[in-house]
Amino acid sequence: MSEKLLDLNNVSIVFGGLRAVSNLNMYINKGELVGLIGPNGAGKTTAFNMITGVYEPTEGEVTFNGQKVNGNPSYKVTQMGMARTFQNIRLFSELSVIDNVKIAFNMHIKYNLAEAVVRTNKYFAQEASVAEKALELLKIFHLEGHAEDLAKNLPYGEQRRLEIARALATEPKLLLLDEPAAGMNPQETKELMHMIQWIREKFNLTILLIEHDMSLVMGVCERIYVLEYGFCIAEGTPEEIKHNKRVIEAYLGGEAS
Amino acid sequence: MDMSSLMQQFVQQMINGISLGSIYALIALGYTMIYGIIKLINFAHGDIYMLGAYIGFLATTYLHVGFLPAIIIAMLGAGLAGIVIERVAYRPMRNAPRIAILITAIGVSFFLEYTTMLVASPQPRTFPAIFAATIYHLGPIVVNSQQILILVSALVLMVALTYIVNKTKAGKAMRAVSFDADAAKLMGINVDKIISLTFALGSALAAAGGVLVGIYYNSIDPLMGMMPGMKAFIAAVLGGIGIIPGAMAGGLILGVVEALVSGFISSTFRDAAAYAILIVILLYKPAGLMGKNIREKV
Amino acid sequence: MNSLRKQDLKALGACVVLYAVFQGLMEAEIIDPFWELNIVLICINIILSTSLNMINGYTGQFSIGHAGFLAVGAYVGAIMTVKLDLGFVVALIAGTIAAGFLGFLIGLPTLRLNGDYLAIATLGLGEIIRICILNIDYVGGASGLMGIPRLTTFTIAFWIMVAILFFIKNFKNSAPGRACLAIRENEIAADTMGIDTTKYKVMAFTIGAAFAGTAGVLFSHYFFIAHPASFTFMRSFDILTMVVLGGLGSMTGAVTGAVLLTFISAYLAEFPEWRMIIYSLTMIILMLRRPQGLFGSQELSAKMFHFARLGGKTNE
Repeated sequence: MSEKLLDLNNVSIVFGGLRAVSNLNMYINKGELVGLIGPNGAGKTTAFNMITGVYEPTEGEVTFNGQKVNGNPSYKVTQMGMARTFQNIRLFSELSVIDNVKIAFNMHIKYNLAEAVVRTNKYFAQEASVAEKALELLKIFHLEGHAEDLAKNLPYGEQRRLEIARALATEPKLLLLDEPAAGMNPQETKELMHMIQWIREKFNLTILLIEHDMSLVMGVCERIYVLEYGFCIAEGTPEEIKHNKRVIEAYLGGEAS
Repeated sequence: MDMSSLMQQFVQQMINGISLGSIYALIALGYTMIYGIIKLINFAHGDIYMLGAYIGFLATTYLHVGFLPAIIIAMLGAGLAGIVIERVAYRPMRNAPRIAILITAIGVSFFLEYTTMLVASPQPRTFPAIFAATIYHLGPIVVNSQQILILVSALVLMVALTYIVNKTKAGKAMRAVSFDADAAKLMGINVDKIISLTFALGSALAAAGGVLVGIYYNSIDPLMGMMPGMKAFIAAVLGGIGIIPGAMAGGLILGVVEALVSGFISSTFRDAAAYAILIVILLYKPAGLMGKNIREKV
Repeated sequence: MNSLRKQDLKALGACVVLYAVFQGLMEAEIIDPFWELNIVLICINIILSTSLNMINGYTGQFSIGHAGFLAVGAYVGAIMTVKLDLGFVVALIAGTIAAGFLGFLIGLPTLRLNGDYLAIATLGLGEIIRICILNIDYVGGASGLMGIPRLTTFTIAFWIMVAILFFIKNFKNSAPGRACLAIRENEIAADTMGIDTTKYKVMAFTIGAAFAGTAGVLFSHYFFIAHPASFTFMRSFDILTMVVLGGLGSMTGAVTGAVLLTFISAYLAEFPEWRMIIYSLTMIILMLRRPQGLFGSQELSAKMFHFARLGGKTNE
C-alpha cells in the first residue's frame, strides 16, 4: 500500500464571485508521476498555487507528507519539501545562472548573518559546498558552460531547464512542473520527457505536472487528473483518460476524435 | 469650554474644512485621473497647482484681468504645461520600470519648484485682491465670501468634470484607456491623445485650486505646492486612487479632518495627521474607501 | 589562505594607502579646511548611499525617506553626548541602534506594500519623523540641537566607512545577500525557492536604516548642530540621486555617486537653486537616457579588466 505524499481533500477556492476550483479531491503517492490536464482556464495553475501556498483555499485541506499545508506561506511549503516551476518563466534575470541555483540552496545554509559578514571558516566551507552542489546540478542539465552568464541571456529552452534545475536545488520530495514543455518543439519535448523520467529516478522524486502537450502527458504520466471549469471530471491511467467520453467532450466541445 | 461653544468651534471648523477640502479635492482629482490612466503618481502635480497660482498672479497683476478671466487663463496655461510635461518626461518612460518613472516625476517636481524660485524669486508674492472678502455672520459662525467662492467654483468644476468623464466620447475613451490601454488602442482610440487630455484636465483643475488659494490667502510662493500636493495625494489614496468620486470625497474628508485637528488639537500636528492617515490607509485598506483589491496573477 | 580572504586583505591594504595619503595631505595642510570638510562629508555620504543601496538597489524596495534615519542617528547620538554626557562611542552605538530599531518597526508593517505605495509610505514616515523632531523641545525643536562637540575626525569617519563598506560587500556575497537580490529580481519566485521574503526585506531595511543612523551621528558631531532642516525630503532625494546615478544595485556606483555629487554640491553651494535644478535635470535625463546609471547593477572589479584584456564576452 503506497503512502500518499500529497492529498487534496475537497479543496475549493472562490475569487470574488468566481469559483475557480470546486471540491477538488486528488492524491499523489510517493514516487508517482501524475499529470493534471484540462482546457485553458480549468483551474490547473490555481490548484498548483493552492498546493504550494501561493493562494489559500477557501475550503478544504491540503496535506503534504502527513502535515496540513494550506494556510502556510509558500516559502514554508517549499521548506517542507515541495518545489515548483512556473508557467511563465520566473528566473532571476539579472543574476547569473549559477547564482539562480545557489539561491535555491539558501534554506540549507547553516551560517548566520554575523558569520557571513565576518567571513568565518564556516562561511567559506558552506559557500564552497553550495557552489559545488550548484555546479553539479548545472552539469546534470548541461548548463555548466553558462554558469556565469546572466539568466536573461540564455536561450528559451535552456531557461526552462534552469528553472527545473533551480527547483531541484531546494532538495524537494515533490516537484510540481507547470507546463514545462511550453514553447518547445517535438524534439525538445522528447528530450524533456527523458529528463523528467531521469530526474525522477536520480533524485527520488514524486512529480505532479500540468501540461497541454498530450504526447508528453501520455508518454510519462502514470495517472492523470482532468479538470474543467474548476471541477475534476476524470481520473485514471493514460489509456483510460484517452477513451473517456467526458474528457473528449471537454477538449473538443462534444465532437469525438 | 462648554457644550455650545464646543459646537460652535466644531461648525466653524467644518466650514473651514469644507473650504480647504474643496481645494484638496480639486488637486486630488488630477492625481487620481493621472494614476488611473497611466498608473503614475505624478509627484509634480502639486507644482502644477503652484504654476496655476503664479499664472493667475501674472494675469491679474500684469494683464489686470478679473477673477474669471484669470482663472481661465491659469487653467489653460497649466493644462498646456501638463501636456508638455507628459510629452517630454513621461511618455518616453511608458515602458520603463516603476522606480525610474517615479524618480522622473520627483525630478520634474523639484525642477518646477526651483526654476520658479530662480525666475520669480523665492519670496512670497502678494496676490492682488480681485475678489473682495465679505464676512458673513451666521450667529457666532463666521463665513467668508471667498470660502463660498471656493466651494462654488470647486463644485462647478467637479460637476463639469463628471459630465466630461461620463457623458462625452472623450470621457468614455479616458475610462477605456484606464481599464486597458492596449484594448483601447485596438478599438481605435488614440491613447496618446487621451493621455494628454487627462493631463490637461487634471492640471487645469489643480490650477483653478491654485488661483482660489491665491485669492483666499493673498500670498503665493514657489514651494506652496509641496504640502497641499502631498495632502491631495493622500486624499486621492484615501478615496481610492484612480476613482474620481473617491478623490472628491477624500479631499473633503481630509480638509475637514485637518481643520478639526487644527482647531481642537494643535496646528503643528496638522501635517502629521495627514501622514498618519496615509500610513493607516496604506496598511489597512490600500485600495481606499471606494476601491477594490486586485490580485496579482501568478 | 583562500583567494577571497586574499582579495579582502588587498582591498584593506588599498584603503590603508588611501587613508595615509589623505591624512598626510590634511596634516601637511595641503588640503584646506573647506576641502577637508567635504572629504569628511564624502565619507558620510558614502555610508548613506551604500546603505540606501542595500534597500533600494539590492532588495529592490523603493525607500525614499532615508533622511529620517539619518535624523534619528544625528539626534540620538547628540543626546548621548550633549544631554547625557556619555562618550562618542556610546553615541555611535546608540545612534546606530536607535535608527536600526526604528527601521525595523517601520519596515515590518510597510514592507508588504510594493512599488509606488512603499515609496509614498517611506516618504510620509520620513516626514513624520522630521515633524516630530520639530515639535520636541527637549532636542531644541525648530531651533535644533546646538553645541554638539566636534568629535568626528577624518580618521574616524574614514574607518567607520570602510568597516561599513566591508559589511555591505560581504553581505551581498552571502546567502542573506543573495536572498535580497532574488527578492529584487522576482519576489514570487524567491518565495517559491524557500526564501522568507518578509524577513530579508526587513533585514535589509533595518541594516540600511542602522547605517544611516551611524552616518547621522558622524554628521551631527562634525557640524556642531542637528537641525530639522537638514533632514527634509530633499536630503532623501539627494541620497537617492547618488545611488541612482551610480547605478541601483552597485556598491561601486553608490560610492561614485556619493563622491561626484558631494563635489558638485560643494561647487554649487553658493547657488542652491541651481544645485537643485541641476540635480533634478540630471535625474530626469538619466532616467530617460540611461536609467541603469553609471555602473548598472554590476561592480567594478578585476573581472571586468580581465575580460577586456582577453577580448572575452562582456556581461551587459
